[in-house]
Amino acid sequence: MSLTRRGLVAASVGAGLLPALPRQSRAQAANTIRIGVMNDQSGPYRDISGPYGIQCTQQAVQEFTAGGNRGFAVEVITADHQNKPDVGANLARQWYDQGVDLIIDVPTSSVGLAVNNVAREKNKAYINTGSATSDLTGAQCSPTTVHWMYDTYMLAKSTGGAMVKAGGDSWFFITADYAFGHALERDTTKFVRDAGGRVLGSVKYPFPATSDFSSFLLQAQSSRAKVIGLANAGADTINSIKQAAEFGLMRRGVKLAALLMFLPDVHALGLQTAQGLVLTESFYWDLNDRTRAVTQRLQPRLRDQKPNMASIANYSATLHYLKAVADMGVAASKASGVEVVNRMKAMPCDDDAFGAGRIRQDGRKLCPSYLFEVKKPEESKAPWDYYKLLQTTPAEEAFRPLAEGGCSLVRS
Amino acid sequence: MDDLFGIPAPLLFGQLLLGLINGAFYAMLSLGLAVIFGLLNIVNMAHGAQFMMGAFAAWMLLNWLGIGYWAALLLAPIIVGITGIILEKAFISRLYKLDHLYGLLLTFGLALIIEGVFRNEFGSSGLPYRIPAELSGAWDLGFMFMPVYRGWVVIAALILCLATWLIIEKTRLGAYLRAATENAALVQAFGVNVPRMVTLTYGFGVALAAVGGVLAAPIYSVNPQMGSNLIIVVFAVVVIGGMGSILGSILTGFALGIVEGLTKVFWPEASATVIFVIMAIVLLARPAGLFGRA
Repeated sequence: MSLTRRGLVAASVGAGLLPALPRQSRAQAANTIRIGVMNDQSGPYRDISGPYGIQCTQQAVQEFTAGGNRGFAVEVITADHQNKPDVGANLARQWYDQGVDLIIDVPTSSVGLAVNNVAREKNKAYINTGSATSDLTGAQCSPTTVHWMYDTYMLAKSTGGAMVKAGGDSWFFITADYAFGHALERDTTKFVRDAGGRVLGSVKYPFPATSDFSSFLLQAQSSRAKVIGLANAGADTINSIKQAAEFGLMRRGVKLAALLMFLPDVHALGLQTAQGLVLTESFYWDLNDRTRAVTQRLQPRLRDQKPNMASIANYSATLHYLKAVADMGVAASKASGVEVVNRMKAMPCDDDAFGAGRIRQDGRKLCPSYLFEVKKPEESKAPWDYYKLLQTTPAEEAFRPLAEGGCSLVRS
Repeated sequence: MDDLFGIPAPLLFGQLLLGLINGAFYAMLSLGLAVIFGLLNIVNMAHGAQFMMGAFAAWMLLNWLGIGYWAALLLAPIIVGITGIILEKAFISRLYKLDHLYGLLLTFGLALIIEGVFRNEFGSSGLPYRIPAELSGAWDLGFMFMPVYRGWVVIAALILCLATWLIIEKTRLGAYLRAATENAALVQAFGVNVPRMVTLTYGFGVALAAVGGVLAAPIYSVNPQMGSNLIIVVFAVVVIGGMGSILGSILTGFALGIVEGLTKVFWPEASATVIFVIMAIVLLARPAGLFGRA
């Protein structure tokens, strides 16, 4: 009798569960956080993040979910924005409408700013780790946006400031003619002038249609400036440096300021050409035990590459975002991008890539910036052993002071 | 006499020379395109990718087999030319009876695939390729510092262009080629194997692109998108010079290099656009191009 009763209970429970199954899978979809990695996978910035940025995001997801059942699933989708603002904005709109909760990466400042507007309009979270324009936390700051990595102000302060201090008091800029180049030239000009230096001129070249820089280098040389500021990035920087060496500029005492340069750029140039260059990054794989540890964990995913500050920022940012989601619940974080970002700002950050840090009111993530010098070939003892640390700017001093950005989120 | 149009004279001379060097690349590439279009009636959109393959072939020869620059200058075009011949046999030869557009789409698709494969394999930052020791160093011309290698590029391009022009205009083989362009059936009736000639011509055009690639390897970093940056400009050069005109594409290539070089001084932002403005004007005034026959 009792057996029958037990059987009955089991049957009724089973019957109760059956119609719930489809409902549960719908609930599962609502219980999945979708992260869209949007970056350059086919153009001049591919090697800086591109496929490696995707791998770093996936590593963060793996480490986060490995820590036990968090109560929700995470899905990563990816796309190539081809460095075109219209492509990026359309893709962002489509993704957010289809239930993507966070867009991350987005190099190329013109695209970065376009996606910034879409995220604000849709009230969805957006973490930019790839664009450099300081306007993302300045005039165009948004409550849905976190700017995770380097910006033009921080680069200008670290590299530009150091070069002026070392006697490079007259400058000529070779600038990529779009939002990023303009912002980098503007911010560096400020530091050069503040330190008593002069800017003798600049050329703006078409991006991304330029591969021969010799004409601009020659114009820079004839201005008799002591420093040529390269307000560009990726393959453009590589070609500029290579051709400056070809035309013997460095041998004639001209200094090159590669204002935004990454480890893969140095790798592509080779130490023979790149030696002695001074550059700024916020991450170097061989900086300390924690950076070495995270690099080692990432290595199987990156194959023969090493992470740089842009690609590994995806790791750090994804981890922090997921912690915020876990903290406030999936439903609440899907409902409002502003709320997730507010929660991210309220929580302290800490990870192996950048150490302890925090996100400021205007959306700026704070981390130290490091001034490196590229080693001479004979100083390099192992593959990817490229940098010597020259100076460290602490997190709180590395970026533009909160009050100076003109961000509307900052209440005085 | 130090300033010309508000620009210091030394700077202006330097820019003219640099323009000439870039013009050498335009001339070499548009030459290959003109040869292919003239005989095959194919708008070879894969030309930029084949230019890039030339540079990569040189890099692979050096790094995988230890074969240096001078041998690569000969071997890389042969290797890339053979891949061109395979492409022609396998795909392009099926399209001769169809509209131009089909050939254009096919070769454009091939270009995207080839570039994609190289990008997957080698990344986008590029690979270093050193200037050969014999050509490193520079001359001080007084008004500028002229790398020896760039001088060599101009000379090599001139020799190559002149040789191609002579072969096509002055030899018996060239006469066959030109005759086949006019009337393939008649030439075949005289016992000339026209399909084979067409295949070899495509291979030759592709090899020309590959020579350009080898010459470019030490100047630009060897990267998968190096050709796509150039190819659109080169098409404009061909259109301005007149589709299929050999001499037209050579002269226009050098001339537009110089125009572009000067634009980089007077209005750098427009340097990528100026060639297309000229193209629009030429098309309005002379739709067949400067040297083309309507």
